[in-house]
Amino acid sequence: MIDDGAIVFSFYMLAGGSLLCALMVAFVRNLIHAVLFLALTFVGVAGVYIVLSADFVAVVQVLIYAGAVGVLMTFAIMLTPASDRMNSETLFQVPAALLGLMVAGIAVFVAYDTNWDLSNSEGLRTTARLLGEAFLKPYVVAFEVASVLLVTAMIGAIILSREEDAGDA
Amino acid sequence: MRLATIVTDNWWDIRDLSNVSGAILDALADAGVPDWGIYVVSALLGTLAIISFIGAVAIINIWIERRVVGRMQSRLGPNRLGPFGLLQPVADAIKLMQKEVLQPRSADGLVFTLAPIAFTVPGIAILAVIPWGRNMTLAELDVGIVFIFAMSSLAALAVFIGGYGSNNKYALFGAMRVIAMLVTYEIPIVLSLLGIVLLTQTMNLSEIVLWQEEHWVFLIMLQPLAFLIYFFSSSAELNRTPADLAEAESEIAGGYHVEYSGMKFGLYYAAELINAVSISTIIATLFLGGWWLYKVDELVPGWMILIGKIYAVYFLFVWTRGTLPRFRIDQLLAFAWKWMTPMALLNILLVAGQVTLWEETGWSDAVLIPAFIAINGAFAAGLIVGWVRVMAPKFQRFPTRPRFYSTIDVPPLPAPDAAMTQP
Repeated sequence: MIDDGAIVFSFYMLAGGSLLCALMVAFVRNLIHAVLFLALTFVGVAGVYIVLSADFVAVVQVLIYAGAVGVLMTFAIMLTPASDRMNSETLFQVPAALLGLMVAGIAVFVAYDTNWDLSNSEGLRTTARLLGEAFLKPYVVAFEVASVLLVTAMIGAIILSREEDAGDA
Repeated sequence: MRLATIVTDNWWDIRDLSNVSGAILDALADAGVPDWGIYVVSALLGTLAIISFIGAVAIINIWIERRVVGRMQSRLGPNRLGPFGLLQPVADAIKLMQKEVLQPRSADGLVFTLAPIAFTVPGIAILAVIPWGRNMTLAELDVGIVFIFAMSSLAALAVFIGGYGSNNKYALFGAMRVIAMLVTYEIPIVLSLLGIVLLTQTMNLSEIVLWQEEHWVFLIMLQPLAFLIYFFSSSAELNRTPADLAEAESEIAGGYHVEYSGMKFGLYYAAELINAVSISTIIATLFLGGWWLYKVDELVPGWMILIGKIYAVYFLFVWTRGTLPRFRIDQLLAFAWKWMTPMALLNILLVAGQVTLWEETGWSDAVLIPAFIAINGAFAAGLIVGWVRVMAPKFQRFPTRPRFYSTIDVPPLPAPDAAMTQP
């Protein structure tokens, strides 16, 4: 199944495209262009998830990362007039590159060092139902804690962005 | 499945579209084409069908919309070119293609060019998961509804890069308004469709249609409130009147596509029609039974029934556009946060209770479904009337709602007598 020629081909296409876009995020000069390449990277990663037959994760990746996080980042750029629109004009380039290479090295090392179990079973027919049951049965505490965290963040954002005079609130 | 009466098995009988595609694929299989080749060809055939449907729709719907809105506003609409003005959209398209495509010197060239394309793609991609008939879906996705959300969330980024790339203040204002509306109305859209997912226990659009066939009911009867919420929220998402703030000509000179001309503008214009058709298709599939219509779908091919339903919903969109005035931006956002989101949450609560009742008690569908229809209809009607009576903002001569008004000392109007007696 996973050794199918078409799947291997599409995996390398998607992985190569995502890596290319991710590199462009770092190297492109215009900050808005960098955000757009980041959105493309997210879409490419969603394609990799589809190759792994994780359809729900792939669609949610597009929904949350390419849709919501992309818009959030463009807003963050538009709302910070102090930062100029140019990317990579900073003294931290060299340490950042070193750090990135180290993280990539660790990832490659782990990937090669792990003893991957190859399974011959068919891909899951549907993942959404399994994920929902996992969230609401064994991992319900973590799920609820995450939602409480999100509510807290939302209240914090409202308090921070609230004007001082509560005249007509 | 073979349709009962009128449709024949001949390959040229396009009333059953599986005739021609089946003939092509059988011929390929006979010629010894491998499986992956047949897979690719069938995918291309489905894509071709959807793209040609979109192309025809983009031309025809311009005429329909202008004629219907014209009739609603007591005028004729386009009526000169061809019979009933049918050739008017063709002439418009030729005119748009011939016009010069201008690009501002300081615009962001690549982004400026990509924006209309990125705006068009999600609307077409949504149509891939729609079941056009029994076993007639291009992409059988188990997470079809989430796919629809994902695609419509991509439109926000496309609109933003269009407004940003134009390097025009009005375009950026329009884009910001669109994003504010999209982000706000995403919530009631998701919450209203969640009720359907709870009820049908699936996110696959084909299975939702089959659920409606099995239970012999349209989901709009079981979920009237969700239908109203989804209908209004999606008309905000489509930038159509009453929510077309993004291109309010009197305020921001045409919005995010003010700098676009020629066929780039034409693509934006076509994309709005395509998105309207996509949303109509979703409503027809989720709420109106899709290709299923009681016993009629055994006589008439499913895709014809679906197209009929699409145009029924599209007429509703044209109707609201032709009759309702435009909201103010703060009214629109407050409407989403203070009315639609709580109503959608209450709806989910009700549906969850009903589903639990259904599963735990095991009472027969013949009792429960009419009861649910009555309860949900009464609930929707009562909630709407009650909220309008109790919560609707009172008329204000000097509105205090928008923040900046509170800081401005509004002088009182001159007394009516003094104003009247001025020479």
